[in-house]
Amino acid sequence: MNALTLPTRRDESWRYSDLQSVERVWADLDPAQTLHVPADSHERLRVDALPESGILRYDVTVEANARFDLHCLLMDRDYGRVEIAVKLGDGAHFELGGAILAKGSQVLEIVTDVEHVEPNGTSNQTVRSVLADKSTGSFLGKIGVARDAQRTDAAQSVKSMLLDRGATANAVPQLEIFADDVKCAHGATVGELDRQALFYMATRGLPPEVARGLMLQAFIADAFIGIDDDAAREALEGKARDGLENLR
Amino acid sequence: MLNIENLHASIGDTKILKGLSLQINAGEIHAIMGPNGAGKSTLGYVLGGRPGYEATEGSASFDGQDLLDMDPHARAAAGLFLGFQYPVEIPGVSNVQFLREAVNAQRTARGEATLSGGEFLKAAREKAALLKMDMDMMKRAVNVGFSGGEKKRNEMVQMGLIDPKLAILDETDSGLDIDALRTVGAGINTIMRKPDKAVLLITHYQRLLELVEPDFVHVLANGRIVKTGGPELALQLENEGYEAIAEAA
Repeated sequence: MNALTLPTRRDESWRYSDLQSVERVWADLDPAQTLHVPADSHERLRVDALPESGILRYDVTVEANARFDLHCLLMDRDYGRVEIAVKLGDGAHFELGGAILAKGSQVLEIVTDVEHVEPNGTSNQTVRSVLADKSTGSFLGKIGVARDAQRTDAAQSVKSMLLDRGATANAVPQLEIFADDVKCAHGATVGELDRQALFYMATRGLPPEVARGLMLQAFIADAFIGIDDDAAREALEGKARDGLENLR
Repeated sequence: MLNIENLHASIGDTKILKGLSLQINAGEIHAIMGPNGAGKSTLGYVLGGRPGYEATEGSASFDGQDLLDMDPHARAAAGLFLGFQYPVEIPGVSNVQFLREAVNAQRTARGEATLSGGEFLKAAREKAALLKMDMDMMKRAVNVGFSGGEKKRNEMVQMGLIDPKLAILDETDSGLDIDALRTVGAGINTIMRKPDKAVLLITHYQRLLELVEPDFVHVLANGRIVKTGGPELALQLENEGYEAIAEAA
């Protein structure tokens, strides 16, 4: 059971959500899963499919010099959301690699809230979206750096590829920085497939659908490049490849 | 092999080719020279099928097929190769993967058996060695971070692997230092100087033509071929300039 009140459009982190879908599942939604990563350890979480409700929530504490990696693939849901709040201890690291593949009128989103509480923490977030038809793909990424969290190094890279003119990409970085010795980099792009590259590939004999597939696979692969287990990375890339094929 | 008759082509509302005719037979090497803006690159793009480059009049047939009616990838499978003046970068797609997919797509389109990974790599090593390209570069993303000269050599490695019937090479010599020019010239001769193949070199300069000696040299000016001769015409152009020859024609 979920005791929290139903979010509205006024809640910043739900502003692009499909609230009708949220309302249908809200009452029965599981609470956020709490994870604790002990000092000096390395935990990994991979999400290759969303639950029936479409919504996954995590609340993670990463202790000193520990590391937490989340890699997730969002697809196949009318509404899907991966939401994660992370608190980083001294020298801790959070790695996010997220891919969104949406079509039809699907609304898929990744929402992060990374709190650099102690000094020397690092975080790196990479999100790649491929959006077809009238779908919406969003990334809302909040980074907080506490007064004591000097030498924080936080990065976000968000890129979206629109396959159709009706698709929508949202990328919302939000930085709240109270320390002065901090590096926070964020970059966001929205684009279409490079026509020149498609023609170049065609002159080498690649049919358009094969050329598009190769380019989109390469685009999405950025999100999974940080997975250190080759078999796991290939499995996730394989799922993404199937998902890309189903966008058409 | 290639038969172009009275070809007119436009980009948007701008007419670039204005009645170009050219016949290339198997075993021949042709060079097209001409000033900037004459339509040299446009000719390559129209024959390759680049979107936005529209043939408005005339015809181009390749081995008896109507080239202008085919999709770009079908033209490639039929044996046409277009070497780019500015080869395009494809982030995240390795040269090896790209070329294996390309070669096998062409073989499939022609009803031939596809190459296995091992067979392809063997061929790739051979062609890379011919063009003096490091195999490490074959594993890198297509043209990403390559120098101008490396991109041009990569075009020739691709040509070697694809093994086309007709290669249209658009300023493959530009941006090459002397040693790279020799390597590329030797590559073109080794891969393409065969009785059943033909080459159309698009170039500004005489240099490449000393290495890959053409059977015919054409001067393209204002969208048409205004003069045709043998290799001596290229020398004459180098000495006298395009303007004098285009005007006298």
